[in-house]
Amino acid sequence: MPTIRFRLNGTAAAVEVDPDQMLLDVLRGRLGVTGPHFGCGANECGACYVMIGDRAMASCDMPMWSVADKDVTTVEGLGTAEQPHPLQRAFISEQAMQCGYCVSGVLVSAAALLKRNPSPTEAEVRAALDRNLCRCGSHNRMVRAVLRAASETATP
Amino acid sequence: MSTPSPTPKLPVSLAVNPKLSSWVKFTDEGHVAISPGKVEIGQGIVTALAQIAADELDVDIARVEMIRASTAASPNEGVTSGSLSIQQSGRALRQVCAEVRLLFLVAASERLGVDASRLDINDGTISGPGNVRTSYWELAGEVSLDREATADAIAKRAALRGIAGQSIQRVDIPDKVFARPRFIHDRALPGLLHGRVLRPDISGAKLIALDEAAARAVPGFIAIVRDGGFAGVVADSEGAAEAALKALRKGATWSAGEPLPNEDDLAGFLRTQPVETTIIDTRSSAKTSKPSRTVRRQYTRPYIAHASIAPSCAMAQWNGDRVQVWTHSQGVYLLRADLAIVLKLPAESIIVEHMEGAGCYGHNAADDVALDAVLLAKAAGGRPVRVQWSRHDEMSHAPFGAAMAIEIEADLDADNEIVGWRHAIWSNGHAARPGRAAQPALLAATEIANPYPRMISSNPPAANGGGGDRNSVPLYDFPAWTITSHRLLSMPVRTSALRTLGGQANVFAIESLLDEIAALRGEDPIEFRLRHLRDERASDVIRAAARRAQWKSQKRAGVGHGVGFARYKNTGAYCAAIAEIAGDDDIRVKRLTLAVDVGEAINPDGVINQIEGGAIQATSWVLKERVRFDRTHITSTSWTDYPILTFSEVPAVDVEVIQRPEIEPVGAGEAAHGPVTAAIANAVFDGLGVRVRDLPITRDRIIAAMELAS
Repeated sequence: MPTIRFRLNGTAAAVEVDPDQMLLDVLRGRLGVTGPHFGCGANECGACYVMIGDRAMASCDMPMWSVADKDVTTVEGLGTAEQPHPLQRAFISEQAMQCGYCVSGVLVSAAALLKRNPSPTEAEVRAALDRNLCRCGSHNRMVRAVLRAASETATP
Repeated sequence: MSTPSPTPKLPVSLAVNPKLSSWVKFTDEGHVAISPGKVEIGQGIVTALAQIAADELDVDIARVEMIRASTAASPNEGVTSGSLSIQQSGRALRQVCAEVRLLFLVAASERLGVDASRLDINDGTISGPGNVRTSYWELAGEVSLDREATADAIAKRAALRGIAGQSIQRVDIPDKVFARPRFIHDRALPGLLHGRVLRPDISGAKLIALDEAAARAVPGFIAIVRDGGFAGVVADSEGAAEAALKALRKGATWSAGEPLPNEDDLAGFLRTQPVETTIIDTRSSAKTSKPSRTVRRQYTRPYIAHASIAPSCAMAQWNGDRVQVWTHSQGVYLLRADLAIVLKLPAESIIVEHMEGAGCYGHNAADDVALDAVLLAKAAGGRPVRVQWSRHDEMSHAPFGAAMAIEIEADLDADNEIVGWRHAIWSNGHAARPGRAAQPALLAATEIANPYPRMISSNPPAANGGGGDRNSVPLYDFPAWTITSHRLLSMPVRTSALRTLGGQANVFAIESLLDEIAALRGEDPIEFRLRHLRDERASDVIRAAARRAQWKSQKRAGVGHGVGFARYKNTGAYCAAIAEIAGDDDIRVKRLTLAVDVGEAINPDGVINQIEGGAIQATSWVLKERVRFDRTHITSTSWTDYPILTFSEVPAVDVEVIQRPEIEPVGAGEAAHGPVTAAIANAVFDGLGVRVRDLPITRDRIIAAMELAS
């Protein structure tokens, strides 16, 4: 089996793997990176989102061959309790979840949005999160949290 | 005859689990371990219970360590459902902690030589005059909590509470934001194997024959488990288990299934099945004036999927004839009872331990997958096996919320005042949870050799809020009524508890017809409701919502407003909702304004979060959701075929909590669904002039209603 090299959360990674295996399986199974969640396996819910470069994309139907030499960022790569990403801080401040299973994917979509557009409008935030499903009904809190993170990081 | 002295009454969960040490332990690192029998399902209960304990014990909440429920040690609090966790676990813990506090004060008084009444507790340190001090932890060796609750201690008065009543941040959220493994899906046990179960696409089909060769050839294959019609694979990775399952599916031969009802005539189906009929309530009045007319309306709700974002998951590990199970079930003891029946083992041989899953919104496949894991782990040579359902199976084999048909006949006098009211419900039962019957409720139990029959869902008794009949007895003071529930005795589509059970549809029906009668009378629908309510807390939430939404402000074309109200189960939280919708035939819900009264709100932001979430989920049910099927298959097995509300479609939600710290708290998780459903339907009438009485309220349904009206 070939070795596929990519960058994972800023660090070089190399996995000997069937190139048709999905990134989500490799992240969760081989690499123990459990932030991206399995939800549907069909790119319909957003629970498994990771950033490829600065785009949020489903990892559940992304074959490993397509990841070669790419920059992959999972929710683990956004920040830590010690050095949180502004979005992570804002999600805590806004208590922006109920069960939280979708949150890792939502954070990734929001982080990708803020990279492209640091000062989004509410409508832009909603549009950016539209491919992430939340079943608990925490949408408005999450939108507020993203807007809060954007305003806190905005340069005056 | 002398009257016995009244026995102080313990909260219900404490009466069943009276030993104090089963709830509270002081651990030597300056922490206190709190063990509720209720579980976190994303509703924030663990935080609210920690607040209650910290407050009553006078310790910083950071010292409180919440222990996950397990049949190995936790109090048995049945199932985490029905918005009862604050009511049951919260009251029990408050009483337990008050008793524990008192025991330690007495011990401290002896040690310090100071009267207990002169001692204070501050963050677990017990001090008195002259700077004498000790602590819970110093005294822990002397005070045995292996004693039963007595109901002697009295919990703090509301005014003295410092933590309960505050919007404390939830204890589980940092883990979820920083992706520290907390969900069962993310837990890796040493030596973990992965399993998948083969289930038919055709509803009710049985496995007749299985060619196993291709599955056995998959790299990483470990074992196939066959037990009658139950078949599954175990492999060393999820990918291998999926591949082996795919191979098994190709080699499977199925029997013909059992026919499904006609999806386009649910009422016709529901109203022609064999039923068990129960009169839920009657009221009559001698003073009733003669009706001059009767308005008869039928309302329907489709089957609704729980549709958790996470497919159900469980892990199991055998050790000889003992098995340990990790599950996101809502009731660890109830699941254990069913496992014991299926496995023919004493309950003591089974440990069922809770781990968080995603929100479940009722009885989904959480329990089913636990039995799957237990059966597959038998072939794993003592290694743990994790089973995760597919999205497809989650949307087709898990129980659904039951479809309902409701007919109300309202007798009106010459002034269109209500003088009689007959409400009849046709529905499958709303509960087929495990652990409550002599037969198991778990899916695989119907598939194994010597299978158990599929449990036909039943309804909880009215004293527990009822099932299909939940919220069917009006809170309004109509002079006469008869409420009848027809529970189906056939069950071609598997149903069990979904958030609110029958409450959503009953409130939709009652509040829709009230709105219609108010309109007939030319009376403001809020005034009409207030005139028929005798409960001030009910009137208060309606007035609060109306004030906040600026009810009857300027009327605008293409915009509609509607109101809905209920007290959940007629004994729980009061909630009023006002919806604003916009559109002509393809409507949008723009804004929901709600007022809620849960008595004492332990965590006001937690209450708001639950009400917001309930309101948004109900909007999704009302506008979009309907389990789809043809005569042989459930067809809505993906998010494309079972769409739910997205970020762009979610309305603004504004919630007012009416705090009543002196009144015993009740749960908030199910209060919003009925009122929001009715408010949207009534807003559609206000804006578009048509009544849509069949959920979901889609563009097609609105156009059909318009054609009917024209």
